[in-house]
Amino acid sequence: MAWTWFHQLGSPKWFYQKTEAWLPWLAVATLVLITWGSIWGLAFAPMDAKQGNSYRIIYIHVPAAFLSLAGYYVMAISGAIGLIWKMKVASLVMRSAASIGAILTFVSLFTGAVWGKPTWGTWWVWDARITSMLILFFLYLGVIALQNAFEREEAANKASAILALVGTVNIPIIYKSVDWWYTLHQPATIKFVGKSTIDPSMMYPLLVMVIGFYCLYALVLILRTRSEILVRERKSRWVQELATQ
Amino acid sequence: MSDRENASAPALLGLFGATLRRDLLLAYRSRGELFNPLIFFLIVITMVPLGITPDPVQLARLAPGMIWVVALLATLLSLDSLFRSDFDDGTLEQYLITPQPLYLLVLAKVLVHWLVTGVPLTLLAPLLGVMLSLPASGFSPLILSLLVGTATLSLVGAIGAALTVGLRRGGLLLSLIIMPLYAPVLIFGASAVASAADAMPYVSQLAVLGAMLAVAIVSAPFAAAGALRVSANG
Repeated sequence: MAWTWFHQLGSPKWFYQKTEAWLPWLAVATLVLITWGSIWGLAFAPMDAKQGNSYRIIYIHVPAAFLSLAGYYVMAISGAIGLIWKMKVASLVMRSAASIGAILTFVSLFTGAVWGKPTWGTWWVWDARITSMLILFFLYLGVIALQNAFEREEAANKASAILALVGTVNIPIIYKSVDWWYTLHQPATIKFVGKSTIDPSMMYPLLVMVIGFYCLYALVLILRTRSEILVRERKSRWVQELATQ
Repeated sequence: MSDRENASAPALLGLFGATLRRDLLLAYRSRGELFNPLIFFLIVITMVPLGITPDPVQLARLAPGMIWVVALLATLLSLDSLFRSDFDDGTLEQYLITPQPLYLLVLAKVLVHWLVTGVPLTLLAPLLGVMLSLPASGFSPLILSLLVGTATLSLVGAIGAALTVGLRRGGLLLSLIIMPLYAPVLIFGASAVASAADAMPYVSQLAVLGAMLAVAIVSAPFAAAGALRVSANG
């Protein structure tokens, strides 16, 4: 009995109908949090003593970076669920999470480069965190490329789920080794604004933005999964009824 | 019950040995192909002075990283054929229905791949070290790190080879999905050689490479076996 919801979640139709009720709430929460956070962060948070106004890109950069990493785990875990319990919806969530995650990783790399220009005087440095983000971006691209290479969708889902899981095991190793590589090769001339040194007046808007980005992620993930469901189930009766309504 | 358990141990080893013998024999029969990764290794290293500089001081600084990057590429290029012929002639399906675990079969095939690519690459590497004027202290860590590192490369690469074996144009895709996973091996391998060339201790890097190999031996064949099942049915 307790596991009924888990099995229901596996049914595309149930997922589609259930999430319809969540969407407005998520959309409102996303809109409110991101508007609130960006106005607070861009207009009212104090200016940084050294970086001036250019630091304000942190309000996009950091949430995007958080979610690109968390998104990889969303992708890998849903891939694993699809692989183990053969749950259709989980595989579709994995497909959606892969492209959203790749985009978010790109956003965090891009905003990082834009932030780097005024702060460090260069678009790109081989810093440990930047390099591991770049490798994460490649991991995402690999999963997407593998998904597209298979003709049969079931094989594509299984193969990319295995690759995503292998990547999950490797991510901590990659992060640690890139960290180690960085400390060995690079003198510590560049100092990030560490978490602990950020002032609360700058921190709170950032927190709002992070939560807002999480809501946005959930919203986009559900929307994409819903459209994947519609494409996949286009021959089933309930989708055709939905379309002819 | 206990009789069957006792009987299964030699059967496991027998299967492992038979696969090992068969694949080594197959590799020996097509000797020409064995040299391709080595020739590739040699040619690309020859391109480095042509493209960058023939200055021995600068080449010595580049040598550890260049040799490692090219060894990695040579391994990748040879991986595409790891399961290819078995997939084409249906042997792979026979493997899937054997009562013995697929893990052992994959391990045997990876071991052969390492013996016919990783070990020759390692043996060729000192020659390339001389060509790139690597300092004398760098040679033993170069050999040791490549010996341990290429085994990890073969194991991790087997996952990619298993995932892409069913695809018609899997070669480039294989490099694309596996290369990011090679980053840690490259970092520690090249750094062991670079440290030694600077007369610094390099044992810790070799130890990490060994640890990666240990993790790869116990986990990578499982993932590759799962991937083979997907590819065979897909």
